[in-house]
Formats: sequence, structure tokens, C-alpha cells
Amino acid sequence: MDISNDTLLDLHHRMVRIRLFEEEAGKLQESGKVPGALHLYVGEEAVAAGVMSHLSAEDQITSTHRGHGHLVAKGGDLRKMYAELYGRSTGYCKGKGGSMHISDLDLGMLGANGIVGAGPPIAIGAAFSNKYRGTDRVTICFFGDGASNEGTFHEAANMAALFKLPVVFVCENNGFGEFTSQARHQAIKDVADRAAGYGMPGIITDGMDVLAVYEAAGEAIARARRGAGPSLLECKTYRFFDHVGVRGMGVVYREDAEVLEWRKRDPITLFESRLEEMGLLTTEAAAQVRERILFEIREAIAFAEASPFPAEGALMEDIYTVRGAAR
Amino acid sequence: MTTTEAPATRKLAYVSAINEALAQLMRSDPNIFIAGEDVGLYGSVFGVTRGLMKEFGENRVVDTPIAESGIMGLGLGAAATGLRPVIDIMFMDFIGVCMDEVVNQIAKMKYMFGGKATLPITIHTMAGGGMAMAAQHSQSLEAWFCHVPGLKVVMPSGPYEAKGLMIAAVRDDNPVIVVNTKTLLGMQAEVPEDMYEIPLGKAHVVRPGSNFTIIATGRMVGESLKAAEELAADGLDVEVIDPRTLQPFDTETCVASVRKTHRALIAHEAVRFGGIGAEIAAQIQEEAFDFLDMPVGRVGAPFAPVPFSPVLEKQYIPDAARVVAEVRRLLGRA
Repeated sequence: MDISNDTLLDLHHRMVRIRLFEEEAGKLQESGKVPGALHLYVGEEAVAAGVMSHLSAEDQITSTHRGHGHLVAKGGDLRKMYAELYGRSTGYCKGKGGSMHISDLDLGMLGANGIVGAGPPIAIGAAFSNKYRGTDRVTICFFGDGASNEGTFHEAANMAALFKLPVVFVCENNGFGEFTSQARHQAIKDVADRAAGYGMPGIITDGMDVLAVYEAAGEAIARARRGAGPSLLECKTYRFFDHVGVRGMGVVYREDAEVLEWRKRDPITLFESRLEEMGLLTTEAAAQVRERILFEIREAIAFAEASPFPAEGALMEDIYTVRGAAR
Repeated sequence: MTTTEAPATRKLAYVSAINEALAQLMRSDPNIFIAGEDVGLYGSVFGVTRGLMKEFGENRVVDTPIAESGIMGLGLGAAATGLRPVIDIMFMDFIGVCMDEVVNQIAKMKYMFGGKATLPITIHTMAGGGMAMAAQHSQSLEAWFCHVPGLKVVMPSGPYEAKGLMIAAVRDDNPVIVVNTKTLLGMQAEVPEDMYEIPLGKAHVVRPGSNFTIIATGRMVGESLKAAEELAADGLDVEVIDPRTLQPFDTETCVASVRKTHRALIAHEAVRFGGIGAEIAAQIQEEAFDFLDMPVGRVGAPFAPVPFSPVLEKQYIPDAARVVAEVRRLLGRA
């Protein structure tokens, strides 16, 4: 695989940035500082990092309820992200969306989404738009094994293949739809099997290996960019934490031993070992990366905590576009 | 009888008025495209998109699979990234298949994103009964969408409104649902050839009157005008108001009328219970309670699915006679 050292270190940086963002967010929620529900991305970092590494701000993504990792990997501003989780006026959505609707249209991030399976139809719309205007932009649709059972996925996948839209469906198969294991929610093991039913390639990759994701995503994205149509890329990964919140073990729907087994293949640890073997990273350098990101995070949290809550009038603003205000 | 915003020149059928609006809009803005089931090659089952694929090509008049969630989401994604889609949902009943896209996604994206999204998407659909199409192809569900912040809803009552409201809807930078009526498709009226907009959120006094107000939507505007003629024999001088837009609703025009006439009735084809008439009646009593000489009346369909048999359907669908009867009952003259 042709990949520069800078890209390798960038992949590492993106993954650590997600991990630390999420761990800190989890702590903030546990302490009661952040209200509402957080669906944390810990364990799945290799997918977001490996895919997003191929994208520019011009390319769009649709996300899921577990969306922080996607926005961080797409270059999201941590200050605006934490401020949004805190419900402050300086947040990405001025405190009106929260964790489940965090978005940055300037980065092509078309929103986390509170509805499972809502992303695929929106993604094909963005892809349609790219094709309509004759650009080579692509749209990535992130969705889970759970969402693959929604009718929206079927409708969008069929239309994407039919219209040869520049979209890549990236299934983050983390083994669970909320609290129900894959074996209890669908009769297949590989979501990628479904691709054949739409007339598009279905690829399975190791979602804990960022280089495997990087390579597979690169091929699917290149295919979309050259107008050859959509692909379904299934990344086998695992949710270290619970569906909501930080608890990951001692739960009724999975065995602790299973969690520990997957944790042995922590995508960040795996990749750090690889980078050390390649002579690109030392334990000290990895610690420095963490330190620098933690500094950014602490600064972002301080910004969020110092930010004002939305003013009273904000409640009734942003419902409609006032004529002349937009394009 | 009608006062118009632009000079009228020739008569046009309702279906042709919609078609002409879409064609002119597409000529004027390359970002406008239409997507829906059978809108292209077939020209839509109602004929509203006839000829458009020939003029604008299949990239701009897109025949889709039968997949309402997919189509609606496609419209949203395209609107959020700079296009101006018109999404055709053949029968209004089919919106049930894509309610998540309409209600949870399209209506809320702007607000949830702190105002950053601009969603100039028009949803065009056909409502109403009277064609023996039974319970899943005949409903008037406009009240559902008036209840959802983030959406606008218009309901054209004739060819002039069909063209002017379509142009206003498509040019608006918000999601607008255009609820057209199947049984009006052949209705003829004077329609200007040039493009014109009927401002959204502005009601129209179709027939001025002094001592009774009927606020009617869609097909019931024409029925209420007939009723007004008949009620003239009772000594009533009925004012008929067509809100044209149901969301945002022009409370001001309706309340001003009731303050003058002291009596009001709302007529729509949708089921009476929980219909838009309930909201309008509530607003009238809030804003003009002291002016009312009688309870605000409502005419709508009974609380039943739309039946198939023409005999039952005739009993079901409100018409001019039902409006006349209800006015007389309210006045104690039945």
C-alpha cells in the first residue's frame, strides 16, 4: 500500500483525538456536567479515521447517533463540539441539537442523527447533488448493523446503485443494535452480503485495523469518484462502551469475556505497535501526542464551560429561513 | 369574483397551471429538479409533469423507484447541499411511508443545526377523495403537517392558486408542502402566462360579505362559494376566505372578517376531528370572542376512513349542501 509517513501519523492522531474526546465527554456526563444521552465511539476509531483520511471538506458524510467520532475525524472544532454537548450558544448547533445532532455543514458533515437508518436517504441526496453538478465529490454514509435492517437502507442502496451515485455505504458493524446482538437481530453475519442484492460491490474489512480500513475505503472512494458507482464497505468493529454512556461490562446483553477479547485488539494499541515496528513512533512520542491532544481538549472544555447558555429569544429562532437571508 | 395579483390573460386547467409553473421554474433556475414515481417518461399519473422530461432531460426530471423514504431523503440531501428539489409524492396518503424524512429530518434539520442548514425543498402531492379510490388514495392529511414546526403547507383552491403558490413554494428557502386536489385537476380559470407568486401566509378574501364568514380550504373554497349563493336567499351576505397557506396561517385576515360578520364556519374536506378547522376555530375564539354571535362552526368529513363505494363516498365527502345545512343548523333555521 502506498501511504506516506505523514498519513500514517495523521491516522494515529485522528484516532487518539477521537478516543480522548470521547473519554472526556463520558467523564463530563458521569459528573453531570453534560446533559442528555451520549453514544460514545470508543473502540470504533479506526473506521472514522481510515475513511475520513481520504476526504476533503468538500466531500460529505452522513453520520449516526454515535456521531462524535465522525466529526472529530473530519476535522471538527473541539471547542464547538464540547460547547454543543454542554448546550451552550457557542456550540456547533447553538445548543439546539446536542450530541445526537452535532453537525458542521462547512466540513460536509450532514449531521449526527437521532433516528437509526435516517442517514442513507440523505446521503444519496448529497451524492445526487454532487453528480448533478458534475463534481468529483463523494458522500460517505456511515451506518450500523442495526440500521442495515431499516427499510431506508434498502431504498437508498437500491437508488444509489440504479443511479450510479458517488456514495460509499460504510457499515460500522459493532455487533449490536442498541442492546441486541447481531445474532439476535439479523440472520446473516456479513452485512456486506446484502450488496449483491443491489448490484454493488460488498467488501468486508477489519474495522480494528486502521490500515485495512484506509486501504478498502480508498478503493471504494476512488471508484465512486470516477463515476463507477457505490460500494458497501463493512467494517467489523466493536463498541467498547455501552449503547449509551461509558459502562461497557457487567451488562445483561453481552459477556465481559467478549469485551475483553475485543479490547485486546484495541485499534489504537494495535496501530501504535505497528508504527513502533516501522520506527515511526516511540512510547514517548505517543505520550506526547496524547498530551498535546489533552491540552486541546482541556482548553475546549474550558471554552465550553465559560460559554453562555442560549439567550431566551433563541428558542424561537432558526425554525425557518427568512427570505433574503440565505442563498 | 376573484381579485388577482397579476393580470389574467387566458383560461387554464388546474393540472396545466401546475405543469406550467414547474416548467417556468425549471427554465428559470438550473438548480431545480423534480424527482418522484413516474414523473419523467410517464409525465406523472396526474399529468402534472407531462412534457418536462422531454424539455429538461432525465437528470432534472428523475423517475425514481417506488421508494418514498429514499425519494424524500434524496430531496433533503440535495437541498442541504445546494439544489432546489421538487419531490413528488403521487398520493398524499403515501407520505405515511416517509414520515420520518418529512417530520424528523426535513422539518427539523435547520433548527437542530442551529440555523445553519437551508432547505429549499418543495413536496408536491395530491389529496382528496371523490374518485372511488378508497381509504389509501383519498385522504386530506394537511393538518398533520401544520402541526410540525419547520414545515410550511399550502393548499391551492383553483388554477390561479395552483400556479402562484407552486412558484412561491419552490422559490421559498424552506420546506413547503403543496397539497393539490385531484378532483380540481380539470377545473378551468384565468391564469396569467407570466410567472407570479402568491405570497405564502396570506389569506385571500374570495367573496366579500357582511354578516357571515366561511373559511374554506382547497376544494371546499368552490363549494363554499356555491353555498354562499344559496344562503343569499336566507338573507345572509357570506364572506368566503381562502387561507391559501395553512402554515403559516393568516389569523389576522380571518379574525378581521369575524369581527365584522360576528359569525364563522370553517369548511375542509379532511376529517373534522383534529382538522385544521379546529385550530382556526380556537384562534377565532381567542382573538374575537366578544364579537361572536354564535359558536364557530365546522364542516369536515366524518371520523371514518374514506369509503370506496361511490354511494358511501358521497355521504362522506363534504360539499356545498353540507355547508348550507350546517350554517342553517347553527343559525337555528334548519
